Amino acid sequence: MKEIILNKLIEKLGDSQIEFSEFRNDLSILLKKEHLLDAALLLRNDEELKFDMCKDVTAIDWEKRKNRFTIIYHVYSFKNKFELRLKVNIDEADLAIASLSGIWKSAEWYERETFDMYGIRFISHPDLRRVYMPEEFEYYPLRKDFPLLGIPGSLPLPK
Amino acid sequence: MKKEINISNDEKLIKSLMSQAADVSIDDALENEMIINMGPQHPATHGVLRVVLRLDGETVISSVPELGYLHRGYEKMAENMSFIEFIPHTDRLDYTATMCNNVAYVLAVEKLIGIESPDRAQFIRMIAAELSRIAAHMIAIGTFAMDVGAVTMVMWTFREREKIQEIFDRIAGARFTTSYTRIGGVASDIDDFALKMIKEFLDQLTAGLNEMARLLNSNRIFLERLEGIGILSKEDAIAYGVTGPSLRASGVEYDIRRAKPYLFYNEMDFSIPTYNDGDCLARYHLRADEVKESVKILYQCLQKIPAGEIIANEPKKVLAHKTEVYSKMEELIHDFMIINKGINPPEGDIFFSAENPKGELGFYIVSNGTGYPWKMKIRSPSFCNLQVLPKLIKGHMISDVVAIIGSLDPVMGEADK
Repeated sequence: MKEIILNKLIEKLGDSQIEFSEFRNDLSILLKKEHLLDAALLLRNDEELKFDMCKDVTAIDWEKRKNRFTIIYHVYSFKNKFELRLKVNIDEADLAIASLSGIWKSAEWYERETFDMYGIRFISHPDLRRVYMPEEFEYYPLRKDFPLLGIPGSLPLPK
Repeated sequence: MKKEINISNDEKLIKSLMSQAADVSIDDALENEMIINMGPQHPATHGVLRVVLRLDGETVISSVPELGYLHRGYEKMAENMSFIEFIPHTDRLDYTATMCNNVAYVLAVEKLIGIESPDRAQFIRMIAAELSRIAAHMIAIGTFAMDVGAVTMVMWTFREREKIQEIFDRIAGARFTTSYTRIGGVASDIDDFALKMIKEFLDQLTAGLNEMARLLNSNRIFLERLEGIGILSKEDAIAYGVTGPSLRASGVEYDIRRAKPYLFYNEMDFSIPTYNDGDCLARYHLRADEVKESVKILYQCLQKIPAGEIIANEPKKVLAHKTEVYSKMEELIHDFMIINKGINPPEGDIFFSAENPKGELGFYIVSNGTGYPWKMKIRSPSFCNLQVLPKLIKGHMISDVVAIIGSLDPVMGEADK
């Protein structure tokens, strides 16, 4: 399965090499930001692959690395019973990435959650609002520079 | 410095509601459109779910679910505590199926560390998880029936659930917040008396289930309120990321216990019930059938459970029992190191998911080699299943909204994390 996915991606994206890693039998593929939409379309629409469910979208804050955030997508193929992890590194200077909610409908809320927690903007997302935190909240709680105990005064209290 | 408080959130919500296309119309309903606010304090929203509805008469034109009233920031807390310390917090995710959460979490951590628990521990986990699944489905069916008017049902299902709580009290020492599993095994062995309790419980459960089925399956009010309501097609269910009973009621045979077996589920003989209707009634029937499958699994577990250790022999990863810590030097050293430095899994990231009563509970854990996880993401099934709610209730009556929420069976402790 691994070879098929990698070969198809190489063919489609025109890259000679695709970075991937395996840990405890989980296959992760590292994509370039500009390739994400093409790769996602291929993974969902290809008859042989058919990754038709997006199980999860989230991000990792690396704090001190050059590319501070990594966006993670977990997609699943019912046909092959195979789970794949897509990773895209993005830099703090440009916190925006194409939304996959047009490809996998379920990504809509997951991307909202990622926006809520990390402040990453998903371009052309239909309804990019906060999910958990109040709309007027100004911080992004899952970033590493947000303190565990919260920021005093960041949530309005009743007068 | 005083800051102007922005209370425009609701206005934004209403604006977004009004902007949605209103292609549903009833000939001569009440002329005016109405926005009503259902929840967060509403008995039928199963916790603190808030749904803002735009109505034409009594028909729902569009809706926006609002979450976050129970957001406790477990993902943030997980980054600031060791892997062992997080186990009690998993109880508070889906609080109707605490054992299932315990099992899923420790299996995820074990996958990250790369250890396996002994066979007996795995069987005990399976027994605990299946009992918990029955308890959760009992609550789901009972409250669902109560939402649509069959109030007797909730008494009957809670009666069965109470017996499961007694069993949990015996094996874990707690009825509700069990925190029973440990990394590498389980906290305490299951004794013969507890096994006998489980056997007795299972023996009388079938009769109880038949009784419940007789009460509901021919109840005309119950059937007519559910049949053909909230139909979720197979394609939509997959596209919206719905998992668990709601997915299987739409005709997709997907159960992680079969698709990607963990514990000893591959050695168990059970079937995955599926229905093709995808309506509320199918989701009810599916849960009832799943309880029967769980009973089958439990009988097999009771038969096959082997003797042996209940915790893995991995001194650097698994906490030793307290009696050993107090009497042996080696164990004391390891105990000190694990408590103070953590279990230090190798660098890497894993995603592990288990079949929970509500759907697929997944843990995505990133480790940087220290005792605390660098990141932990909880893929909670209730959150993902709720996403499809606006689609299901569109065009239905306001009283059907209650039935549809009940049939999706969200638990807000999990949806809000």
